[in-house]
Amino acid sequence: MKQTFTLQINGAPHTLEAEEDVPLLWIIREHLQLTGTKFGCGISQCGACTVHVDGRPMRSCQLTASRVVGREITTIEGVAEDHPVKQAWIGVQVPQCGYCQSGQIMSAVALVENNSNPSDEEIIQAMEGNLCRCGTYMRIKQAIKQAAEEVRNS
Amino acid sequence: MNSTIDRREFLTRTGLTLAVAATASGFKVFAMAEADTDQFQPTSWYTLTANNRLTVMVNKSEMGQGTHTALAMIVAEELDVKWDQVGVEQAPTRKEYYTPPRFTSMTTGGSGGVRSMYEPLRLAGAAGREMLLQAGAERWSVPVSECQTSEGQVLHRSSGRSFTYGELVEEASQLPVPENPRLKDKSEFKIMRTPIARLDIPAKVNGQAKFGIDTFVPGMLYGAIARPPALGAEVVSYSEEAAKAVAGVRHVVQVDAGVAVCAETLDAAWKGREALGVNWSQGDFPSQSTETVDRDLVASLEKEGVTAHDEGDALSAIEQAHQQVQAEYHLPYLSHAPMEPLNCTAHVQADRCDVWVSTQGQSRVLDAAVSITGLEAEQIHVHTPYLGCGLGRRARTDFAEEAIQISKATGEPVKVIWTREEDIQYDLYRPANSTRITAALDPEGQVTAWSHKVVAAQFSMRPGSQFDGQAVSGLTRLQYKVPNVSVKWVELKNSIPCTFWRSVGSSHNGFTVESFMDELAHAAGKDPLEFRLQHLKENKRLHGVLELVAEKAGWGKPLVGAEGRGIAGYYSYRSYVAQVAEVSVDRNTGKVKVHRVVCAVDCGPHVNPDTVHAQMMGAITMGLSAAFKEKVHFADGGVKSSNFFDYNLLRMSDSFDVEVHIVDSDESQGGCGEPGLPPAAPAVANAIFAASGARVRHLPMTPETVLEALRRS
Repeated sequence: MKQTFTLQINGAPHTLEAEEDVPLLWIIREHLQLTGTKFGCGISQCGACTVHVDGRPMRSCQLTASRVVGREITTIEGVAEDHPVKQAWIGVQVPQCGYCQSGQIMSAVALVENNSNPSDEEIIQAMEGNLCRCGTYMRIKQAIKQAAEEVRNS
Repeated sequence: MNSTIDRREFLTRTGLTLAVAATASGFKVFAMAEADTDQFQPTSWYTLTANNRLTVMVNKSEMGQGTHTALAMIVAEELDVKWDQVGVEQAPTRKEYYTPPRFTSMTTGGSGGVRSMYEPLRLAGAAGREMLLQAGAERWSVPVSECQTSEGQVLHRSSGRSFTYGELVEEASQLPVPENPRLKDKSEFKIMRTPIARLDIPAKVNGQAKFGIDTFVPGMLYGAIARPPALGAEVVSYSEEAAKAVAGVRHVVQVDAGVAVCAETLDAAWKGREALGVNWSQGDFPSQSTETVDRDLVASLEKEGVTAHDEGDALSAIEQAHQQVQAEYHLPYLSHAPMEPLNCTAHVQADRCDVWVSTQGQSRVLDAAVSITGLEAEQIHVHTPYLGCGLGRRARTDFAEEAIQISKATGEPVKVIWTREEDIQYDLYRPANSTRITAALDPEGQVTAWSHKVVAAQFSMRPGSQFDGQAVSGLTRLQYKVPNVSVKWVELKNSIPCTFWRSVGSSHNGFTVESFMDELAHAAGKDPLEFRLQHLKENKRLHGVLELVAEKAGWGKPLVGAEGRGIAGYYSYRSYVAQVAEVSVDRNTGKVKVHRVVCAVDCGPHVNPDTVHAQMMGAITMGLSAAFKEKVHFADGGVKSSNFFDYNLLRMSDSFDVEVHIVDSDESQGGCGEPGLPPAAPAVANAIFAASGARVRHLPMTPETVLEALRRS
């Protein structure tokens, strides 16, 4: 049955009507047309749909709207252009096809904001759920280290 | 022609002139008799405006290989502008943008983007530069020889005067287009061969990049298709009423792929599809499973097969050999699994058809749309957003055809998004492959005969040919000098559909040839590098990359951290790539750790070294993802693998360092998107052998496979 929700996304309230079991991913993408968040698998295996809920990275394909009412949702569009992670991603020229990169960036932002000096192990732990078919892992690691250094120095 | 003319019209006319007058080299440009006065467009390939913006029309799809940036770099270099003046626009699917010199299709594939466009775009840029130079000289009434161009300006040396190109577009547009403009010498390059930042990356970092799946059309419905559970199964019955009882479902129509439900939301389309309750027929091979497929592959090695290549007398040479070596290899069906699941949005109307699709084959989509709608080619508009990976899968048109069929049947704009399960289960796969190679060695350790039998499905047989060229790709022109060669192909017949998968036939033949060369080297008691080099004395470029990669990887020197090194070199898509992999093998678990892959590539004149690096890194990663993780499973006549939990890809924890060395080469130009893939898996398999004595001849190299190989060693 359709319900009306008000979601706080990227600092602004969005009121919308949707079936109660529709994943947040599709509300963000198809209802609000914030298409930076991507669909990759629908079962939390690839990380393409990663968003932040109250600052924590979560797979939006596994969240229903009712679970995130009243919580602060951030998508790739809500991360500042000058964020060290976005800047490092450009500096290192990480993306190839780019489809998985919103999810990669959201995982990386959460990592460096909580840990500005992540070890290789900690990077792997934070990024293991984000698949990339183009094979950009090496540059992702490099960009995370660069972004973390930027965070440490700022 | 006045400045308000529709731009598409303008381009179409230019293109017709171009197409009709195409010379053997595929390039000939003409001045427009009456050109637009506020922009300069000497060819279809770019427009320079009065405010100094250069827009390059790119006829290749951007799927991560950096082709948009590379093609723009070629024009910008020869036109001699500053890089910050440059932008790109995806060319419409119109004849003038089909790939010269053949003008047969608009396709992105075969690692051919830069290769096919290098000369036409250089000439187009150089022609424009000469016209602007002349326009400047005429404005000053000085000889052209006193003027030069630099960074988007024409300069008069002695007086120090200058014009921006933008100030000259009107006069330049009136000049005839030179047919044989002077191209820059590479010593003059300022843009090409430098690591230019890609134009598409900022949008891919801030979430604004639009992929096919991000298409929205006013009034658009969502389509979901119930597809056959077994390959070849047909619809027996379904309940349209049950689907339409789901709130939001608007249409139920049967299409080639199955039964389609159209609804106002994606959610309703998926629920409507469930509600259909389709009954299906049994399919072509109802008991087909992984086991039957694997058994057929191995059994087919005993069949005679057809001869794809025959040189000398391999059979006799092997019979009389000083030493015989034989090995069999088995490689599985693979799925493309592009991160963006297949999707297409189509809108068929009475007098036009729009298709928004991330495709590698715009002109094939256009042809399919003509055939489905009955409209004229000019009424079909194929829009190409970014591709969330192509990998060969997006060169096919099945996923576009079904959306066009649904839109035609319903009269509504429709977006069809495949789930990951559909993407894996209705893929067209990389063929599985079983191979037996027998070779003869003489007392000096030289290969005197090579007999190669490959079992694989056919999917790209040319009319009149007795064998599938992709199945024997790289074998009919073995790079190693061997006097007696026999190559046979056995067709594997089943219901599993196949297509191009990054590096195609070379993705399996690279593994078998380069694994076997390693086995031969050890059988001959030689160093694997030396053994390869002694068979490549007349093959300068493969010899060159092998030597280079060996030097950079410290071949023959003690390893740090890793336990074994393996080498492989392969020629594909006219490029030569060699790699050294360093690995460790856990003898208790069979787990392999790849520490580093060092890669050397000779692709002839390259455009953007950073892109070459990225493509090598990406191809190696995909090659090793397949080598370690990937195998499509079948059951009950259908595909059993369904999502990333049972068709897993390489993840961050399995990743490794990649070091790429690009040969500064002026030899003939090769591609970059695919040639990095074939050597990766054999380099690793050879390193596993060096580290542990285990020869892995089955892919994927799961820990169980490696343990089995260790037990045999």
